[in-house]
Amino acid sequence: MATHPTTAAPGADRAPHGRRVIVAWLVLSIVATPLVAIFLGPILPPGNASVQGSGQVVDNTVLTATITPVFCLLLVFFVYVLTRFRAAPATALEDGPPLRNHNGIQVTWIVVTTVVVLSLAGFGTFELLQNGSGGGQGPSPVAVPAGADHMMQVQVIGQQWNWTYRYPGYGGIETQDLYLPENTYVVLNVTSLDVIHSFWAYALGVKADANPGVDNVAYLKTKGPRSFEIRCAELCGLWHGYMYQTGHIVPQSQFAAWIKQQQTLNASIARYMPKYSRSYYPDPQRRGG
Amino acid sequence: MRFGVKLLLIASAVVAGGVLIGFYVANLTTLQGSASYTIPVQQASGKPVVNLKIETVAAVGPQLSPNPDWVSYLIQNQKGAWIRRTVWKLPANATVHVTVYNFDGASGLRNPYLARPQGVDGNQVTIDGKPATGIDPNDASHTFAVPAYHLIVALPGVADNAKNQCGYAPCSLKLAHRTIQFTFHTGAPGHYRWQCFVPCAAGWIDGFGGPMQTIGYMDGFLDVS
Repeated sequence: MATHPTTAAPGADRAPHGRRVIVAWLVLSIVATPLVAIFLGPILPPGNASVQGSGQVVDNTVLTATITPVFCLLLVFFVYVLTRFRAAPATALEDGPPLRNHNGIQVTWIVVTTVVVLSLAGFGTFELLQNGSGGGQGPSPVAVPAGADHMMQVQVIGQQWNWTYRYPGYGGIETQDLYLPENTYVVLNVTSLDVIHSFWAYALGVKADANPGVDNVAYLKTKGPRSFEIRCAELCGLWHGYMYQTGHIVPQSQFAAWIKQQQTLNASIARYMPKYSRSYYPDPQRRGG
Repeated sequence: MRFGVKLLLIASAVVAGGVLIGFYVANLTTLQGSASYTIPVQQASGKPVVNLKIETVAAVGPQLSPNPDWVSYLIQNQKGAWIRRTVWKLPANATVHVTVYNFDGASGLRNPYLARPQGVDGNQVTIDGKPATGIDPNDASHTFAVPAYHLIVALPGVADNAKNQCGYAPCSLKLAHRTIQFTFHTGAPGHYRWQCFVPCAAGWIDGFGGPMQTIGYMDGFLDVS
């Protein structure tokens, strides 16, 4: 006589699965979230070379801490389901109990996710409007920090394939390197002489597109002395991958000495330098098609 | 199929894919296909010294390229012939004496700042035998620039009305040209790109297509080892 596996009646499992998952999730979240905020947060990108960079680290910490309970819920749920409801080998496949509508769960889900998303949107908007968060704001910036009129001005010029920098407050001299004094408010005017580039000073938290004929404004306040990487973040041709440099934040006295040296070096071509302009169009075009 | 076998197959596929991607990237970064030229090295006071002779031409000609109308750099080999190679092997920590014969006319620098010689001994060059610390940006025909060395030298062009202008390369020194000389130093071993910053590619958008975007014409590498 053949034997058949017995089939449990639908709904026979009365174990408090939901309560177990919620308790495990709460415990894990309460432990993991502070750990993430305290230990992982400070090492999140982009870095702390500027106030804006540090602000982005805070933003990333808030986001990561916020999603930690969500991640914990998914983790707990999957681990619980995979272990508790794992069928033993040679067990016949059987359908589960029918799903039923649960107004409480649906309302809770909608309310919680809406609150989380809107809160993050509000937080992000507040952070962005504080000082622009280091992003390029175009020629008419909206998030202008207090005292912007007295900031140190540096023009970032992209061209295929290198960055150069003009310092209008120091006679409009141009340099191959970006030097900034420590603890100083700086306004970057980013532009291009040919195609679209993107000035990305990662640790400064600054990323601004460089477009020909456009003055893209970004604000930052430097912190202590250190070096930082500069890259182009817009595919711009053959040497795009080589369009990187090292920038420097230096003490005020060192910056003063450096800029004086650059002024001396620039003297030989001072008469040829064009008057400082917020933007330039590709010129000359003698051989351009 | 057993779970372990499946896992092994997937892992093998991932490793194989990674190896293929690695070969592809390695091929790109080592520029296989862009033949390099090893520049002869001399010794002076126990240190390597290199004499680099290059020329810039408005049209590389059918002998040297399938793109005869493209502007190009050429390098002189040990036999005195001009060849189209822009990946040059140089010794580390060497003194490099460069002589450039420019047979091309002026296109003008888009960034006048690059008209000042930088990254070369004394921050000056010799143009047709005379020392110079800068040129009129409008007179620039090309630049020889190694950004990693902060090296930029703008090369003045042949006058538009000069007699005996070179049509196609290779160009004889009897034809109208400018001679630019300077000295720089290689540092640590590495793969350093060099390029021209003048928009000199005739007929291309913004003067920066074709030979400006192709290794072997106005761009190359210093393979320092």
